[in-house]
Amino acid sequence: MDCSPSRSRNKFDVPGKLIVVEGIDGSGKSTQIHLLEKWLRFRRLSVFMTEWNSSETVKEITSKGKRKGRLTPTTFSLLHATDFADRYERNIFPLLRAGYIVLADRYVYTAYARDVVRGCSHKWVCKVYNFAVKPDLIFYFRVPIDIAADRILSGRPKLKYYEAGMDLNLSNDEYESYRIFQSRIIDQYESMINEEGFTVIDGTDDIEKQQIAVRKRVQELIPRQQMLTGRT
Amino acid sequence: MRSKLTSTKADIKHKNVVQSIGPRPLRYYGDGIPYLEEEAEIKGRLVVIEGPDASGRSTQIGSLITHLEAGGHAVLNTGLKRSDLVAPGLLEAKRNFAIGKKTLSLFYAADFADQLENKIIPALRAGYIVLADRYIFTLMARDSVRGISRTWSHNLFGFAIIPDLVYYLDVNPATLIHRVFEKNSSLDYYESGADMGLSEDMFESFLKYQAMLGREFRRMQKKYGLVPINGNRSPEEIHSDLRDRIDKFLLH
Repeated sequence: MDCSPSRSRNKFDVPGKLIVVEGIDGSGKSTQIHLLEKWLRFRRLSVFMTEWNSSETVKEITSKGKRKGRLTPTTFSLLHATDFADRYERNIFPLLRAGYIVLADRYVYTAYARDVVRGCSHKWVCKVYNFAVKPDLIFYFRVPIDIAADRILSGRPKLKYYEAGMDLNLSNDEYESYRIFQSRIIDQYESMINEEGFTVIDGTDDIEKQQIAVRKRVQELIPRQQMLTGRT
Repeated sequence: MRSKLTSTKADIKHKNVVQSIGPRPLRYYGDGIPYLEEEAEIKGRLVVIEGPDASGRSTQIGSLITHLEAGGHAVLNTGLKRSDLVAPGLLEAKRNFAIGKKTLSLFYAADFADQLENKIIPALRAGYIVLADRYIFTLMARDSVRGISRTWSHNLFGFAIIPDLVYYLDVNPATLIHRVFEKNSSLDYYESGADMGLSEDMFESFLKYQAMLGREFRRMQKKYGLVPINGNRSPEEIHSDLRDRIDKFLLH
């Protein structure tokens, strides 16, 4: 399957570095990328942080569609792709070309995993997103479903319809549906590890221990000189 | 051929025969919509009319609806930017000139997907003739002249169903500009390709842009089975041309 990322990196000079975190809800990835951001900023590097589903242009429509529960998997996928493209064209790619370290809380792999679980063709999703550059580092936070689900569900929160995967008719119980949905996403992530070159982090480890592993890999990526002077 | 056609048309009118249309499977340009596969048969037909603004599309669709309904067919009229979920945001995004090209393409694709699954496919299943006032070809042509890869656009619309008929109202840009002025007395920003920096002069830009789109449509003719219709004629002439072609197809 041709899931090959964009060639635009060859066409342009892209001196920046793209670092991505992936994993299911409750895997601890947002905590880790937040700590990474603090550290890089402390080192006075030029950092930009971007989150999945956060483009102002698109967010409102997506949430409206979600509230009404009428998004088909294809529309759901395309709205998220629009959101991603907006952040990509406006921020991610120009900033990489300017030499920034771009930190992305979820990237195209979230789309591959979720949209395929929802029934879209994997090949199609890959092709839609193939304009996106391949990241320099992809951290995948691996956590068993029970631990991740407990982190999310322990307070018995009100789950949103799509968040719980209720559109897939997996179970009438939203907590049960959530577990099944999330384990299917884990299966998708696991199948991508080698093909996409994920760096696997054990999300059950202590926060500090995980952060040490993350920083070590990032340090290898950024030239020593840059780390010292804080210039990108 | 011609006389046979006239006589069948007369049959419809005088004997009041309503032809029903047989079922056919859904066909897609690419991987399709995998989660729909089990119920992928339709009874209706999808007819697409493409053409630039002011080419007379809406007039033609209006007369075709009257004609088809008179023949006993249920008709659904659909078009771009008509998804009540996506269209408002899309219109707002277009007003923001900082929006990227791929973002806009994907936005249009989302609007199209919503209508395809919530309107077009259900109507086709129910046996409607769906008349689409523009389809993915307009979107692909616009993107291609703006430098987006044709392969990417083609793949993006891999979930789109293949229409039964696609007509393209081919109007030469000089004639088209007069029709635009009759309608609005001013040129539309995007329809003139003003975002593309083709010319300082809007008039010049319109002519260049429409010529580029025309070339793109001609390029798509073979690959997607687009049938060009001479749109420089009067609305009545164009109507009888389209009507005869569609009748012939439906009676086939």
